[in-house]
Amino acid sequence: MITDAAPIVTARIGTAQSWTLRSYLDHGGYEGLRKALTMDPSEVQQEVLTANLLGRGGAGFEAGKKWGMLAKAEPKYLVINGDESEPCTFKDHMLMEEDPHQIIEGTLICAYAIGASQAFIFVRGEFALGLERMASALNEAYAFGAVGRNILGSGFSIDLVVHPGAGAYICGEETALIESLEGKRGYPRDKPPWFPAVMGLYKAPTIVNNVETMSNLPWIVTNGGAAFAALGIGRSTGTRLFSVSGHVNRPANYEIEMAKSTFRDLIYDPKLGGGIRNGNALKAFVPGGVSAPWFGADQVDMALDQDAVGKAGSMLGSGSVVAMDDTTCMVRAAWRITRFFHRESCGQCTPCREGGGWLDKIMRRIELGQGRESDLDLLLDVCDNIAPGLGWPPQKTTICVLGPSIPSSITSGIRMFRDEFLVHIKEGACPFGR
Amino acid sequence: MRAPLAGDPLKITVDGKSIEAKPGEMIIAAAERGGTYIPRFCWHPRMRPVGMCRMCLVEIKGPRGFSLQPACYVPVADGQEVVTDSPKVKKAQDGVLEFLLINHPLDCPVCDRGGECPLQDQTFAFGPGESRFVEEKRHWAKPIPINPLVALDRERCIQCSRCTRFADEVAGDAMIDFIGRADATEVNTFPDRPFTSNFSGNVVQICPVGALTATPYRFKARPWDLDVVESTCTACAVGCRMALQSSSNRLIRHLGVDSDPVNHGWLCDKGRFSYEQTDNPDRLRTPLVRKEGRLVEASWNEALAAAAKGLRRIREASGPGALAVLGGARLANEDAYAWAKLAKGVLGTDNVDCQMGDGLPADLVLGLPRATIDEACGASAVVLLAPDLKEELPVFYLRLREAAVEGSLKLVELAPQSTGLSRHAEVRLQYRPGEAAAVARALAATRVPDEGAGGVSAADIGAAAELLGGSESVVIVLGRASLAESAESIADAAGVLAAALPDATFLSALRRGNVHGALDMGLAPGILPGRVSLDEGRAWFTEAWGHAPAATGMDTGAILAAAAEHKVQGLVLIGADPASDFPDRALAAKALAGVRFTVAIDLFGDRFADADVVLPAAGYGERTGTTTNMEGRVTRLGQKVTAPGTARPDWMIAADLATRLGADLGFESLDDIASEIERLAPAYAGLTPQLLARPGYRDGVVVPLADGSPTEVDRPKEGIEVAASEAHLGNVLLENDPGAENPLDPQADVAVEPAAAPSIGPNGPLSGVMGRPRVIRHRAGAPARQAPPVDAYSLRMVAVRTLYDAGALVTRSPSLAALVEGPCLRVNPADLGRMGVTTGDRVRVSSSRKSLVLDVAADPHVLRGSALLAFNTLGEGAADLIDATQPVTDLRVETVK
Repeated sequence: MITDAAPIVTARIGTAQSWTLRSYLDHGGYEGLRKALTMDPSEVQQEVLTANLLGRGGAGFEAGKKWGMLAKAEPKYLVINGDESEPCTFKDHMLMEEDPHQIIEGTLICAYAIGASQAFIFVRGEFALGLERMASALNEAYAFGAVGRNILGSGFSIDLVVHPGAGAYICGEETALIESLEGKRGYPRDKPPWFPAVMGLYKAPTIVNNVETMSNLPWIVTNGGAAFAALGIGRSTGTRLFSVSGHVNRPANYEIEMAKSTFRDLIYDPKLGGGIRNGNALKAFVPGGVSAPWFGADQVDMALDQDAVGKAGSMLGSGSVVAMDDTTCMVRAAWRITRFFHRESCGQCTPCREGGGWLDKIMRRIELGQGRESDLDLLLDVCDNIAPGLGWPPQKTTICVLGPSIPSSITSGIRMFRDEFLVHIKEGACPFGR
Repeated sequence: MRAPLAGDPLKITVDGKSIEAKPGEMIIAAAERGGTYIPRFCWHPRMRPVGMCRMCLVEIKGPRGFSLQPACYVPVADGQEVVTDSPKVKKAQDGVLEFLLINHPLDCPVCDRGGECPLQDQTFAFGPGESRFVEEKRHWAKPIPINPLVALDRERCIQCSRCTRFADEVAGDAMIDFIGRADATEVNTFPDRPFTSNFSGNVVQICPVGALTATPYRFKARPWDLDVVESTCTACAVGCRMALQSSSNRLIRHLGVDSDPVNHGWLCDKGRFSYEQTDNPDRLRTPLVRKEGRLVEASWNEALAAAAKGLRRIREASGPGALAVLGGARLANEDAYAWAKLAKGVLGTDNVDCQMGDGLPADLVLGLPRATIDEACGASAVVLLAPDLKEELPVFYLRLREAAVEGSLKLVELAPQSTGLSRHAEVRLQYRPGEAAAVARALAATRVPDEGAGGVSAADIGAAAELLGGSESVVIVLGRASLAESAESIADAAGVLAAALPDATFLSALRRGNVHGALDMGLAPGILPGRVSLDEGRAWFTEAWGHAPAATGMDTGAILAAAAEHKVQGLVLIGADPASDFPDRALAAKALAGVRFTVAIDLFGDRFADADVVLPAAGYGERTGTTTNMEGRVTRLGQKVTAPGTARPDWMIAADLATRLGADLGFESLDDIASEIERLAPAYAGLTPQLLARPGYRDGVVVPLADGSPTEVDRPKEGIEVAASEAHLGNVLLENDPGAENPLDPQADVAVEPAAAPSIGPNGPLSGVMGRPRVIRHRAGAPARQAPPVDAYSLRMVAVRTLYDAGALVTRSPSLAALVEGPCLRVNPADLGRMGVTTGDRVRVSSSRKSLVLDVAADPHVLRGSALLAFNTLGEGAADLIDATQPVTDLRVETVK
């Protein structure tokens, strides 16, 4: 079911010139910041803790708790991750283009709460319009007095920088993003010891938060953490922005109350996904970004609840739901996803660098009809050498989680559609005629 | 990771076994010392860990139980539990190995690394018998040269980043890096920018596969066919330990050996590839004697007789002062001692000089309080009154650079030009050529003069003074920054600094191979073996040798000037070629033309067409003995091949020549000489041949020894990295040694008498009437001559050395010879613009000596009003312009029509 909870992060989207300061101010913009600046930073942090705002970047860690783990050293940095690059995830893209001031306001609230010395918004380089809108919004905000010295007359000062990414998916990984921000090759850092909250940007304590996470902050400060926590169920509070794509009739971003609705609502509700194209049957779907293990059509009634999805062996991740109908070749789908991760491996760790390429080649072979029966065991064993045990959340032989993201689609495909793989192999061709 | 590891040792458990670990070290290092070798490719003990290759994954217990983590990236913690042999670890490591192999070409049979390749070894030991990878492997064009000495095969590369980290972190030449992503990642240079590092050969040595190969070595040998012995490089005075490898009695490869106090396993390219000189087919194989105006081949008997006759005739006619001996830095200590004894004790002349005019006064080098490399790197501040160490003492540059970049060392540079260390210097005092002493005086003054000094601002001098004043320990690196400014001004500056900083110690930056050993052995005017002044040691050595010179002789410059006036008539050149080595070519030419009789002892004959007798000497790798580096560290040289033809070690030539002159040096073996040095040369007291032969002294001993026998140091296991395949090559080194002669031979571990230093004096073999002479102490002399005021129409010359000069070592090593450049005058763009010329133009350059037409280039790092020219380049150049009799050389630069 869909609740009638009012949208939080997309409330202003659709209004005229929603990305301008004038429009933002007309719709209550910067009021959250104004209020936050009258509070003690610890009170702001407490509101976010009360709200139990889960990080919207993918890992779903409580934002307030993360801030509390920040090491006590100066300077501290705040880095906002706008490097949204995963296939089928496009929510931050929209927020940056349509409501950049909301991100800036949230960033300033966060910076105030954690006592950051400087904040950065790292925007995916390919987002030409997003970068333009973020940059002009920042200029407007500076002129308005919401950023820079003595913000809104409060005495609080901070600079904010919009930094364009250089074109690598891996820079969405927080430590690779930090390396990239420092001007280096986007290589993820080993944890330990490089936990950003302890040793992040320029070796200083750093908070890295997602664009959507920041977008929630003005509302939380204005309406109180309790109001936010009243939405949703259990740990999954507030609303959430889902990118629905694939074979649905109405692919788009939808903001709905957390945990109250199911994947079926998201895919089939006429106000949301609007059902599968041509009335086809749902075959499987990706519940939370293409790095997440797939769910079958039989799991479509699961609630959009972070913990429930986690318990079922996948994740809500970045909030990207991809529906695949019964005309989909699951080998090709898994191969396509594998190829993405293969090409986006930073090349640092051997298992990911070499394993990704190897899996890509085997999947290609099977899809093109040159597979061998032993390939299925080989695929699983190669996957196991990247993500030992093939469990979820995965263990890893690599520095970051890109490596263990590679096997998700392959192991899901073999587990759920082994027969389809075998048909490719035995018939020497793709049964879907590709 | 390179910070000193401090704190109490702690315990970790590896596979159930408790081992001791040092705080701050990584598990991989602690486990290895404790006897558990964890496989690895990217880990290198001398570089920061990156945890990239994932080969060293082990299970480490954390708050949430055991998890796979890289042993190279996790520091030890007390009570830590590590499992390296579980099925999970084994599967992860096997998986990584398989991943590394899927795109690795299996061309081991034609790969230089085959046989000493960690990837091959691991695969043989643990790898699967069959490949599960059936697809096409990755392909790249190969090999591609990344510079003239190193070829890159990107198909073999396993992306461990050892080479890129070395280039960036250790050498400071970040000219190679990763390009691309995923399995299309390649190591490469930047477009049109070759890897022009003086240290490029190191990346070949540390490459764990055959991706980087040395062009001079490619396809020359198989590792298992190579014989090996450890030695010390004598390409410069740093004294890097290295392994000499030979095949079929030819030197074929040099590898750096990790000596903790000296080179950390690194070599410069000049040292690494200089074996080609030894192996050069043009080596002199037989003596040459002048007959009817022509040099013809002769027997040793004939040649030695001719040499003795010529020298004796001059001595009888004009006295021993008419004889002079130049050179000696190529020699081993024992050779140098034999020659000092022959020259000073038999021929009777003190006109002996091993520095050949580009060094510093011997009493200064020997008499100032000394520092070691480790002490310099550990000091609060180092003053660089020195040449460009990156070019002249390259591995010492690496050590200082590391200390300045990674550690807390602060550098103050006092030089008229920019050097490799300039950008790491806290304060730079770039002075007008010739005015070092003025800057030193201002630095030492209680109040810095407002106008500054020597072209350096008062603010900079003040900053340097403040830094040095507040430094707990100061080491002064002392050498000649420019050959176009006189040694006396540098000596003056050094004396001023020594007086102003009474606790400072000095590290000599003289660059020739064993120049410090030659000085220690007395191959300098006014000096006797063991760092003793002639006056102090005359009685002692007269009694020991039967004769010692009556008066102090001349240095190279004075000898050549005297020769030009026919006052010196007989010249013995031991590894010296004044025509190319001496800064002032006009003076050298006049001198060589002025002498009546010349004996040259060298590896090559063709530079000595005007000599009367040319004797072939055994070269590097062809003889044993000891050498002394810039610190005064004495190490053993290894012999790996036999000398060509009838060439023989210099000490034998000295002994034979002495016999022909009617004297007996008393030497029948190297040990005879070494024992005599120990007995007679005060600074070498206690340094018996037996002591140095012990394995614990492979890294040498710094003389003079403190009381008692020096501490024996075993190389830490983690430090032994001869090749990337450290473990087994380290063992090969130990196993292949020919016998007790070899310092590595475990059999050579003979009992050592505690070195009772003072025992030679009254109770020694001498008559006992006198005490052992004391080691020389430097006493400040008169201030140097002032450089004349700068003439507005001239540029003051700075002559610097480059690594690849036109000296014998480089030009006789074909791979290096290609890197020697012609002269190019470098001038500040402002001065150049005034003349209306730009980079690439040619200009007429004139000094009081000569006028040359040279290429010119704009260089903003050159001080305005000065002009920089590399010394000893191909053809005519700096040496033709320098007037060594003047404090500075000024150049007129004019456009060419």
